[in-house]
Amino acid sequence: MNWLRPLIVFLGLLGVWQAVVWLSGVPPYILPPPWQVALAIVEHWQRLAVNAGITLAEILLGLVFGGLLGVASALSLAAFRPARRWLLPVLVTSQAIPVFALAPVLVLWLGYGMASKIAMASLIIYFPITAAFYDGLRRSDPGWIDLARTMGASRGAILRHIRIPAALPGLTSGLRVATAVAPIGAVIGEWVGASAGLGYLMDNANDRMQIDLMFAALFVLAALAVGLYFLVDRLCRNVIPWQIESH
Amino acid sequence: MTSTADSPALRVRDARLSYGGRLLFDGLDCDLPEGQTTCLLGPSGVGKSSLLRLIAGLQHAAEGSVRDAEGRPLAGRLAYMAQQDLLLPWLSVLDNITLGARLRGETADRDKAGALLEAVGLGAEAAQLPATLSGGMRQRAALARTLMEERPIVLMDEPFSALDAITRLEIQSLAAKLLAGRSVLVVTHDPLEALRLGHRILIMAGRPAQLEELAPPAGDPPRAPGNPALLERQAALLERLGRARAA
Repeated sequence: MNWLRPLIVFLGLLGVWQAVVWLSGVPPYILPPPWQVALAIVEHWQRLAVNAGITLAEILLGLVFGGLLGVASALSLAAFRPARRWLLPVLVTSQAIPVFALAPVLVLWLGYGMASKIAMASLIIYFPITAAFYDGLRRSDPGWIDLARTMGASRGAILRHIRIPAALPGLTSGLRVATAVAPIGAVIGEWVGASAGLGYLMDNANDRMQIDLMFAALFVLAALAVGLYFLVDRLCRNVIPWQIESH
Repeated sequence: MTSTADSPALRVRDARLSYGGRLLFDGLDCDLPEGQTTCLLGPSGVGKSSLLRLIAGLQHAAEGSVRDAEGRPLAGRLAYMAQQDLLLPWLSVLDNITLGARLRGETADRDKAGALLEAVGLGAEAAQLPATLSGGMRQRAALARTLMEERPIVLMDEPFSALDAITRLEIQSLAAKLLAGRSVLVVTHDPLEALRLGHRILIMAGRPAQLEELAPPAGDPPRAPGNPALLERQAALLERLGRARAA
């Protein structure tokens, strides 16, 4: 049964958490026990749901914009040789500057609303998407390209009919990584300056010593990130069934 | 030494290729006779596949002219079949067969593709993905894709070498039947294959390589593998290939 193993892992982690609370004797304002966090989720579910919706929207829009930008960059790098000289330094720079350092600047420029968080999430996923898709585009089987050329295919037709489909497994690998890291961008943005979202809620709860609510928001964020990852993973498998068959 | 024919489908003149600082061939002339199958044998690394790729227009580092009997370029009159089936894993067998038309932006003749799949014994597999096919079935699909191009000249680079002995014999007979009347160049390591399929047999040997023509067994291809004349020639051919490798 597919659901049994994750359930066992989840219950095991809860058990470890509870055991640490019992054995260490840490006070609940440092580490609340799981049941107290569960109570906080039930008590504050409406507030958690509203803020989770905002964070989810930021993550999804970040995935869309960062993904589109990454795909466009990878295609430009693969299709136009001069673009490599101009775009590769931008790509490397986008990773060289820590996202934490950029967060205050983006909040300053784009405000406390969703825009700065979407920009953060986009920025953090831009590199994995671009790198994975570009790598896939570069690694097309040379035999396929030779065959297409003997069939009289143009460079554009080879890109469209062979190189892009062949690079889709690479793109989906990048998308999986991007889905795992996108929440980081959104939550960092919320910590730096926001009026809504799970990151804001955690920060706010921490300031008010509502540690159980802070952990409840963290729990919901983790559930959101894991759920989103598995959803994207499933979608990727459905979009490119030949990748599974070739394993 | 050169290998020329009276009424060639194509003429290779003054071919020259260096690879990794070694001169593979220089001043090489070769003709492919109209409507016949020419089999090219020789030791590994002598330049057989490079010569075939030169004819296909895929060997950019090579020099020399490849023209038809009237001195015209061969663009659009060649079909290519490699050792690997080169089926695209994301396309169905039928869509793989019609790849050439799609790459050229033409409307594919799906009825003709269906008929060709029937001819190679894959009528029932038209909608399947290549990953579901055996090695022999995949190579038959590749043969159907080659035939779908309807080119008068067919270049085959060790097309059946990855198959088991029995499947190879079956597909050799099928290829000989379906390619009858076309001008075919088959690069092969298998003396039996050359003796079964070749109207002409060429041996490439030496450094820089030269071509030597050997008389094929009597009778039209595909010749039966147990044919006494063929078996007698096989011994002589093996002995000649042994000398070529030692040279």
